[in-house]
Amino acid sequence: MTGPTGATDAAALARRYGLSKSSVRPPLGSYLHELWSRRQFVVSYAAARTYAMYAGARLGSIWQVLTPLLNAAVYYLAFGVLLGTKNGIDNYVAFLLSGIFVFTFTQRCMTEGSRSLALNLSLIRTLHFPRATLPLAYVLNELNQMLVSLGILFVVVGFTDGPAWSWLLVVPAMLLQVMFNIGITLVFARIGTFVSDITQLLPFVTRTWLYASGIFFSLPAKLNQVDAPGWVIQVLAFNPISAYIDIIRRSLLEEHEPNQLPHAWSIAIVWSFVMLASGFWYFWQAEDRYGRG
Amino acid sequence: MGEAEPTVIADRLDIIYKVIAGQGGKGTAATALRRIVKRQDRPTIREVHAVKSVSFTAYKGDAIGVIGRNGSGKSTMLRAIAGLLPPAAGAVYTGGRPSLLGVNAAMMNDLTGDRNVVLGCLAMGMSAAEIQRRYDEIVEFSGIGDFIDLPMSTYSSGMAARLKFAIASAKTHDILLVDEALATGDAEFRVRSERKIKELRDQAGTVFLVSHSLDVVQETCNRALWLDAGVLKLDGPVDEVVAAYIKSTRS
Repeated sequence: MTGPTGATDAAALARRYGLSKSSVRPPLGSYLHELWSRRQFVVSYAAARTYAMYAGARLGSIWQVLTPLLNAAVYYLAFGVLLGTKNGIDNYVAFLLSGIFVFTFTQRCMTEGSRSLALNLSLIRTLHFPRATLPLAYVLNELNQMLVSLGILFVVVGFTDGPAWSWLLVVPAMLLQVMFNIGITLVFARIGTFVSDITQLLPFVTRTWLYASGIFFSLPAKLNQVDAPGWVIQVLAFNPISAYIDIIRRSLLEEHEPNQLPHAWSIAIVWSFVMLASGFWYFWQAEDRYGRG
Repeated sequence: MGEAEPTVIADRLDIIYKVIAGQGGKGTAATALRRIVKRQDRPTIREVHAVKSVSFTAYKGDAIGVIGRNGSGKSTMLRAIAGLLPPAAGAVYTGGRPSLLGVNAAMMNDLTGDRNVVLGCLAMGMSAAEIQRRYDEIVEFSGIGDFIDLPMSTYSSGMAARLKFAIASAKTHDILLVDEALATGDAEFRVRSERKIKELRDQAGTVFLVSHSLDVVQETCNRALWLDAGVLKLDGPVDEVVAAYIKSTRS
């Protein structure tokens, strides 16, 4: 059929009939376009996963509300009651809840996202679709949970501080965090596929991050207590999680002003765009290698 | 064959992949540590040269049976054609996106059959309206019946295979790669799926069929590739290749 000089002949023949190499990474532009055309798959997949997650539990989707509440209760007991870190913060419950919910959103995106491709290998090896749809569906899943948590937060703040116009700022704040989360999920999805050890390591990374992000205590107040020099707070403010927590607290809590971090909105905006763009770029770089082996 | 339009061209295709053959040693933390201290690369990573310099050209309307012993690289080659395994050397050129249909293509087992139908179709890039239009046809073709409302984890392997085949064949593919998917179905389903493959051929598509059942290959294909230990041993009309293959297994 094909002679020994097949190499150039085959390539020429392929060119003549407009055939293209089968395992080649699409250019970034058409990749994003293809991704957009699969948005319905992302939505359905996320819905299916949420459904499957609670399908076995007797209380079903009620766990979507119970999980964040129980989480917050445990942290309140540990930090608010036992360790007494609440001193100086007026509405400590709302302060704590906002911190935990925002942090958990990013944390779950990272840890779940790092397995989003590995757990779907058979799907990847069967069908052609832009692989980024899977991490995106995972983010959507967590966003769904986050919105339930936000609802709880609104109820709590509504009963304690009362509703305010500044609540509307939650919308851009959430948007920024979603952008950041998409980026970081894509990064960890790629790393998790090729270095599966990362799933063992991530819980420790995120826990360290948890304690450094000013979730149970006010960072400025804490630093004042230990007489830290002024630049420390400036450095800590660059932590993206701290920024996302802070902009949510600024939007919801009136008395948050003394505990505010410097430049939280600008830092949050920069992180969002940088992370989103680099996440897509980094993930797309390995598009043709997912599911190999 | 000269004027026929090619759809798949394999050009001296080589595929090498790495497999992790277990932990090595006793698999304890101590042996893992010793391995790292001694700076050994994971000794259990083995390179498998699965496909060796395979070249062929497939044309529109071809149904090509791929035969050979277990582990001769048949499934690996299909994956490379589908673009799911990058070649180590050489290249595969295809017109359009080939779709691979295999037995181990699990979908979401916690979910019901009908949800899997929708998800699978969406992943293939069908629109919601298109899925709605073809849904009944897919379920009807799969022959699953009332089980469509039950989670896929309750299906037998044959039922799951039927549903997957029904989903994958809902879309008109230019190039369809079928990997043993028909082996688990019952006689009735085999007849149906063979008819479907013929239909695809008539729509000027190209079908690759990996199968160990030679009579299925002979019935549905016009051409066959015989792979032996990763090397393309024979490429030609199905009857000739199958006859040669049978002869070699008997000797």
